[in-house]
Amino acid sequence: MNIDAIRNGIVIDHIRSGGAMELYRLLHLDKLDCTVAIIKNAPSALMGRKDIIKIDSTADIDLAVIGYVDPGATINVIRDGELVEKRKLTMPERIVNVLRCKNPRCITSVEPDLPQIFKLTSPETHTYRCVYCETKAEANS
Amino acid sequence: MRHLIDILDLSTEEIREILDQADEIIAHPEEYRERCRYKKLATLFFEPSTRTRLSFEAAMLELGGSVLGFSEASSSSAAKGESVADTIRVVGCYADIIAMRHPKEGAPMVAAMHSTVPIINAGDGGHNHPTQTLTDLLTIRRERGSLDNFTIGLCGDLKFGRTVHSLIEALSRSTGVKFVLISPEELKLPSYIKKDVLQAKGLEYRQETDLAGVMPELDILYMTRVQRERFFNEEDYLRLKDSYILTPEKLADAKADLRILHPLPRVNEISTAIDADPRACYFRQALCGKYVRMALILKLLEA
Repeated sequence: MNIDAIRNGIVIDHIRSGGAMELYRLLHLDKLDCTVAIIKNAPSALMGRKDIIKIDSTADIDLAVIGYVDPGATINVIRDGELVEKRKLTMPERIVNVLRCKNPRCITSVEPDLPQIFKLTSPETHTYRCVYCETKAEANS
Repeated sequence: MRHLIDILDLSTEEIREILDQADEIIAHPEEYRERCRYKKLATLFFEPSTRTRLSFEAAMLELGGSVLGFSEASSSSAAKGESVADTIRVVGCYADIIAMRHPKEGAPMVAAMHSTVPIINAGDGGHNHPTQTLTDLLTIRRERGSLDNFTIGLCGDLKFGRTVHSLIEALSRSTGVKFVLISPEELKLPSYIKKDVLQAKGLEYRQETDLAGVMPELDILYMTRVQRERFFNEEDYLRLKDSYILTPEKLADAKADLRILHPLPRVNEISTAIDADPRACYFRQALCGKYVRMALILKLLEA
């Protein structure tokens, strides 16, 4: 299957298979006017299968979100059709306004204007907790 | 400027300093009667807690300061929909230090983010209650002479009991403390505390369901109430509330120097027949609560 190469934009590569739609949602890519291609289950020598997202725009992408969802993903920055930068991701220390705390007893449940902040409490287990009530972040929060 | 939101905000050394200061106040109360003169403590209690509020107010009054505040949300601007941040910004104009209780977890953290004066978390839902932990630590140290080398039984609601969670975290910094976790299956200690605190630090602990069976080995017995407000389901509350009641019969095999603690208020989990037993120290514990809060106010006000 052929997807046109992009001239100026970002390719999020090495997304674990099945993870592209979650990233699409959390990065709010539906709000972009440019071409966005989601490639699912592409063959990968390294991973067997992988997902890829191509964004034909230099829009600001929240790298922390990608690091949270899939720290194994890589970011390729394309300018004038050339790969100019390849970034490896790390798990961010904090993620802001990406997830919502699901604890009904959390202060954020009654004060929705508060920033939703989660901090990395265990890199080994990829655990993030709400900074207010310390409830563990759940996938697809 | 310092706040106290979580007991882990304090280092082991700072906790020792606060407990030392409390001991000093108990020994020489007359020297502290003017230390907070012209200072004001605001007690903002968005949910009622008479003991904790009175303990804070008594602490400030004994330091020569004044108190103002409210004792339930309906008599505060929160009832009109004001945010925690706005309440704190306003009260910070009137008071030098704030003790805050709130039913929502994390509310004191929000307060600290916006406050110009020190915030003390006086309990946020089922989350943290650091001054209760300081109270417990002062009581144990005064009753036993040390915070090291003893076996503590924690009994009752270990799932929702925030005082238990904080006490375990605080005692995890001691040496030679063994934990016996006594609760019904439904109210066992959350696995993340076992994993992140007890197992991570290699501490000795075990879980039991029978209180009487473990009594002979305990140096400290920390009883807790099964709290109605922590349950979503009334049926679960009614079924479990009487699970663990301490009676004189259950104390038959206990050590002569056992110490029984309880954060209070109790409902029926400790028989009143035990109150006169010298091993019962929950009322002395309540008194320790006032002194440790005096010490904490002095520290945060740098008075």
